[in-house]
Amino acid sequence: MNLILIILIPLLTGLAILGLNEKHARTAALAGAIMQVVIAIGLYLAFTQERSIGNVFPILFEQQYQWFPALGFSFHIGVDGISVAMILLTAFVVIAGVLVSWNMEKMKKEFFFFLTLLGFGAYGFFVSLDLMVMFFFLEIAVIPKYLFISIWGSGNKDYSANKLALMLMGGSALILVALMGMYFSMPPELRTFDMVKLAEMNIPFSLQRWVFPLIFTGFGVFTAMFPFHTWVPDGHSSAPTAGSMFLAGISMKLGGYGCLRAATYLFPEGAHEYSGIIIVLASIAIIYGAFATMMQKDLKYINAYSSVSHCGFVLLGIGMLTKTAITGAVFQMVSHGLMTALFFAIIGMVYERTHTRMVADMGGLLKVMPFIITTLYIAGFASLGLPGLSGFVAEMTVFVGSWENQTFFHRAATVIACASIVVTAVYILRAVGQVSMGPLKYSSDQKDDARWNEKWAAVILIAGILIMGLAPFWLNDLVSPGVEVITNKLAGK
Amino acid sequence: MNEYLQLMKSELMVILIIFILLFIKLGKGLPNGTLLSLVQLLLLINVAVSFGFNETGRIFNGMFVHNELAGFQKGILSLAVYLISLLCSDWLKDHEHMPEFFMLMLSALLGMFFLVSSDHLLMFYLSLELASIPVAAMANFDLERRKSSEAAMKMVMSSALASGIMLFGISLIYGISGSLDFATIWGSLRNEPLHIMAFVFLFSAFAFKLSVVPFHFWTADVYEGSPVAVTAFLSVASKGAVSFALFNILYKLFPNLSAPWYTLVVVLSIITMLIGNFFALRQDNFLRFLAFSSIAQVGFILVGLSGQNNQVISSVTYFVLVYAFSNLAAFGVASVLRSQLGIENISQLKGLYKTSPALAWALALGLFSLAGIPPAAGFFGKLFLLMSGAAKGNYWFITIAALNMIVSLYYYLRIVRLVFSAPEGEQVQEVKILKPVGLGLVICSAGIVLAGVVSWIYDHISSMV
Repeated sequence: MNLILIILIPLLTGLAILGLNEKHARTAALAGAIMQVVIAIGLYLAFTQERSIGNVFPILFEQQYQWFPALGFSFHIGVDGISVAMILLTAFVVIAGVLVSWNMEKMKKEFFFFLTLLGFGAYGFFVSLDLMVMFFFLEIAVIPKYLFISIWGSGNKDYSANKLALMLMGGSALILVALMGMYFSMPPELRTFDMVKLAEMNIPFSLQRWVFPLIFTGFGVFTAMFPFHTWVPDGHSSAPTAGSMFLAGISMKLGGYGCLRAATYLFPEGAHEYSGIIIVLASIAIIYGAFATMMQKDLKYINAYSSVSHCGFVLLGIGMLTKTAITGAVFQMVSHGLMTALFFAIIGMVYERTHTRMVADMGGLLKVMPFIITTLYIAGFASLGLPGLSGFVAEMTVFVGSWENQTFFHRAATVIACASIVVTAVYILRAVGQVSMGPLKYSSDQKDDARWNEKWAAVILIAGILIMGLAPFWLNDLVSPGVEVITNKLAGK
Repeated sequence: MNEYLQLMKSELMVILIIFILLFIKLGKGLPNGTLLSLVQLLLLINVAVSFGFNETGRIFNGMFVHNELAGFQKGILSLAVYLISLLCSDWLKDHEHMPEFFMLMLSALLGMFFLVSSDHLLMFYLSLELASIPVAAMANFDLERRKSSEAAMKMVMSSALASGIMLFGISLIYGISGSLDFATIWGSLRNEPLHIMAFVFLFSAFAFKLSVVPFHFWTADVYEGSPVAVTAFLSVASKGAVSFALFNILYKLFPNLSAPWYTLVVVLSIITMLIGNFFALRQDNFLRFLAFSSIAQVGFILVGLSGQNNQVISSVTYFVLVYAFSNLAAFGVASVLRSQLGIENISQLKGLYKTSPALAWALALGLFSLAGIPPAAGFFGKLFLLMSGAAKGNYWFITIAALNMIVSLYYYLRIVRLVFSAPEGEQVQEVKILKPVGLGLVICSAGIVLAGVVSWIYDHISSMV
């Protein structure tokens, strides 16, 4: 499997979209998205194939090219199980995003171009094994989001777009400073940005101690770490549907993945040093996000705040530093990516028909749009952790993993995080119930259900949620060897 | 004689072009359109001549040094002038004094070439003067606009002041060392008050030319008042040449004073970035905006210059190349809009994408690159400057610089947003993109996209150091 394909396909799709006229842009985007799904599944198959014939080398399909050698960069790419899971997630969300935006009217061509560009950044980020290459792709994925919100967004969009771009860029500035500090603090012959080489080195604790918090916080901004979560509600609520899907579904995962791969894995002693703070911040995000969601009246805000809470589980899992908890964190990334993308897709569909996102102004929608509302139920149940759906698997794994730590502090944090599930159930059931039941509050001609493109988008995401919920072992088999490498490093082996 | 031809090929080429223009002007003259195409062709040849076949050597008793790197730097400057001649075709083709404009611009370019190559303070001073006096005359080229004359006047005054200060610094150095030759001076300079004073005077003159804060006051007015072509020349070619020369001053003339000058450069760099950024936030006039944004960019060049390691000159040279592409893309669009529609303000750019998508894309690419967003080359440019500065281990300084990038992001993105947003009320009228302008924008965009991702260019530069 040639990993260059994964980066090249979205890039070529994007260029093709720019070259085509308005009418054919969406067809090209869909074709590109289908190809991405095919390649992602192919990558998964090739990866398991390699594993089944006994290739235990942690990183597969490695490639390395010279890229600014004078400065210690190299274009080094490769995947392990965690990256493959993330790539699968990205491919699913991208195709769902394209399908949901099928009837986009304003500046279609540019819309699909930026959507594809976002995918390009995400794929590149997940396959890179060089910190600077990773940083390069991370930054590529920021600006399209800004344009998404400021051009196609709604509401207080200029404010939201600026807040999002500036906060995310602030996070990346922290990462950049930390990377340079790490690079130049090492003796000249050891200087490198290559993650594989860095993982083999013993980076002195004095260095880890200040590099780890900077990198972790930098990526933490992307994944809505408290108190840097404030861009999330504004950004998500102002973005167009596909934009919100991408933001919550993939973009926040860039942060989680970075926290795990670039911070925790490379600077294990730093991770031990700061794990207490991470757990406290994650617990605050979980509880605060859940209660803040209770107070929201706008469907998009509900999902945005609940994302803060759900992404708290990712950070909690990473902060707990046990194998099960970190596996749970990866599960939660995939699960949250799928279900939140589904949630935003449905909110978009509902808004298009009722022209409101206020829960209080909706009611009885189950009668007029059965498919859409049924999907909303599924997304809601996944979100509150109903067994059989992905949310349960992920959160349960995080809790079990957290409980493995014996101290009072860790257990208290686990209990607090568990308690948030109750709150989640309250806000999800209340919102879903008000939207679907009761008297119909808007005039409709009774034929307002999902169109083919919307059905496909929903089906693709639901399939992901169900597969993960019913058969979590395949994801576990994929991810856990990768996690083991990280926990081994954490244990100092 | 052969040696002179080889080492001074770009200088001789420029002189040749000046004379060709002079003879055409003195003779019957050509129609403006034909003449413009001819000049553009000659300038293209000049770019090729500057980049190719560079040899190392010294002539005029060591006053003039040429090597591969100097050749590359001259190539960047020639490229900038070539691009300006393309991008400002709208304004140039109808100007009655076009040949004179090019004669002045090329004289200034000649001065910059000598500046890059000079290894002797006398040569250095003369070439700096040659590089600045014609620009003052050029600033006045919009003959009927009052602001243009004002700009020229301010330019003359500040240049004269800067030259005076510099001469004073040079005379102090001569007093200390008894020589004007770089190679003999540097050994006799030490960390002593008088020597530091000499450095400060010399540095201030450069700070004027580079519009480093607090020597930046002339910049905004001159940028706003001058014709766009002149502003572009000032902000790209002039800044580039002076940055190259400043490297020579810091590292060849004052290496023994590296401790005091490091502090000075760091402090000035921080102030320059802050002032440039915070003033750029509030500008509505597009050229004034570019003036402040270029001040902020100079702050970044100083970050790179402060590094004191072997990546300094390659990162600065690379940045100037990237900066030329990015800034000229923005200036090209500004020039077209100003000469065809009279648009000067940022708020008037609203909805530009709807009527002229090509211009909008070029502008957006240029601004992305200036803001340092990948995959545009500006990202790499700034990254390498920061890395060069970070090698010194002063991470607070690098953090401040990185945070400044975020501030600058705000104002660059604001324009991109306006350009792509839907027009309300009055639309921007359609513009006609002349062929040379189109070519110029294509070269700039290609440069922005390729100069970064293709690592070969940076590798080439760092191999020359």
